[in-house]
Amino acid sequence: MTALTDTPPASVQPSTLVTQAAISAEISAIETDYHRAGLEETQPRLDYAPYRSSLLRHPTKDLHHTDPETIETASPCFGPSDVSPLESDLTIQHGGTPIGERMVVTGRIVDGHGRPVRRQLVEIWQANAGGRYIHKRDQHPSAIDPNFTGVGRCLTDEQGWYRFTTIKPGPYPWKNHRNAWRPAHIHFSLFGTDFTQRMITQMYFPGDPLFPLDPIYQAITDQKARDRLVATYDHDITTHEWATGYRWDIVLTGSARTHFEDGHH
Amino acid sequence: MTTLLTATPGQTIGPFYGYALPYDRGPELVPPGTPGAIQFHGVVRDGAGQPVPDALLEIWQADTNGAVPTATGSLRRDGWSFTGWGRAATDDAGVYSFTTVMPGAVGGSAPFIMVTVFARGLLNRLFTRAYVPGEHLADDHLLNSLPDDRRHTLIADRDDTGLRFDVKLQGEDETVFLRYPGQ
Repeated sequence: MTALTDTPPASVQPSTLVTQAAISAEISAIETDYHRAGLEETQPRLDYAPYRSSLLRHPTKDLHHTDPETIETASPCFGPSDVSPLESDLTIQHGGTPIGERMVVTGRIVDGHGRPVRRQLVEIWQANAGGRYIHKRDQHPSAIDPNFTGVGRCLTDEQGWYRFTTIKPGPYPWKNHRNAWRPAHIHFSLFGTDFTQRMITQMYFPGDPLFPLDPIYQAITDQKARDRLVATYDHDITTHEWATGYRWDIVLTGSARTHFEDGHH
Repeated sequence: MTTLLTATPGQTIGPFYGYALPYDRGPELVPPGTPGAIQFHGVVRDGAGQPVPDALLEIWQADTNGAVPTATGSLRRDGWSFTGWGRAATDDAGVYSFTTVMPGAVGGSAPFIMVTVFARGLLNRLFTRAYVPGEHLADDHLLNSLPDDRRHTLIADRDDTGLRFDVKLQGEDETVFLRYPGQ
């Protein structure tokens, strides 16, 4: 077993993996405490024991509040020299057509004030239709698709829109506990106008039966917050005899820039 | 003051970003061998003191004159433009390494490199600052707001190649991680 699979570190790994029922009971107990406390949370907890890999990797001290200074109020810039328009289509990167449900995912990226994040980098990566990543350490015995790598990039447009054409990813097993399965998801890497807005997250698909069982998704203790990671099926994005369509909008944390500086009121 | 929209939640980077996010010359903000180049490097460790071999770090910094970079081209480096941003994965020993330049002071403030940490097992990204030792630190608002026994976790050490900055996710000498307004 390698340390690089999604497996708990040896020091906390039980001799036999715990059951889904045990993990689900932990998830349920945390959720009950959350509702009892009555304080709304909007981000995942860093300290979330049902996700075993987090045990030794979460800070124990509170994050230290600070106002952004100097470079923190700006962000790296990306442009046409960084990203080819072809990189937004994950279905044309090889000689043939990948297997699975061709889909489009598109949405708008805005900051906390609702202002579009323009001309900024979006990166995605994902498993193929069978739930297999190209990554050399993915040992899930599901087929590699020679026509699908599962990596894409694009720049948002002037209104903050991104758009990818890809294949709907499958769910896959992991070793957090016995019979653990991740809901199907696409990883998103996002930049804003300030580097303090930098984030990485995962987009999910509506109605996934694995949601209540998954400790990564459930690490967001609030249902409204969890729902923000779930795309919406949109028939206006679906195209005739070609691809299904999903809409997923993204809000980054507020930037330090004012409306005046932004130039759009 | 209008009500801010609620931000989309983060999630862990997971274990399988290695074929997607790291890229050729990602850690080279300047080409190795450039006059004035420094190594910005360190080890990422977990709460048991073990190296974290599947973390990804990004840095963002001013140039040597303290100017905030505006050049594009980080993903396909041309060898001349200083974009101020880089990305490096840790190796099997938990070690990361960037080639960059010493950041200059922006407007008389203490110069620092902004560092973002992602890892499998880390449910959301962490932000921190790596201050250049010695310059203006006594006047720095953030450093002065920290307890004495934690301040040092944000100050890099000078060594033979440049700056060393270890990241401790948990436990003794846990790095101070930052939260900005609206987070």
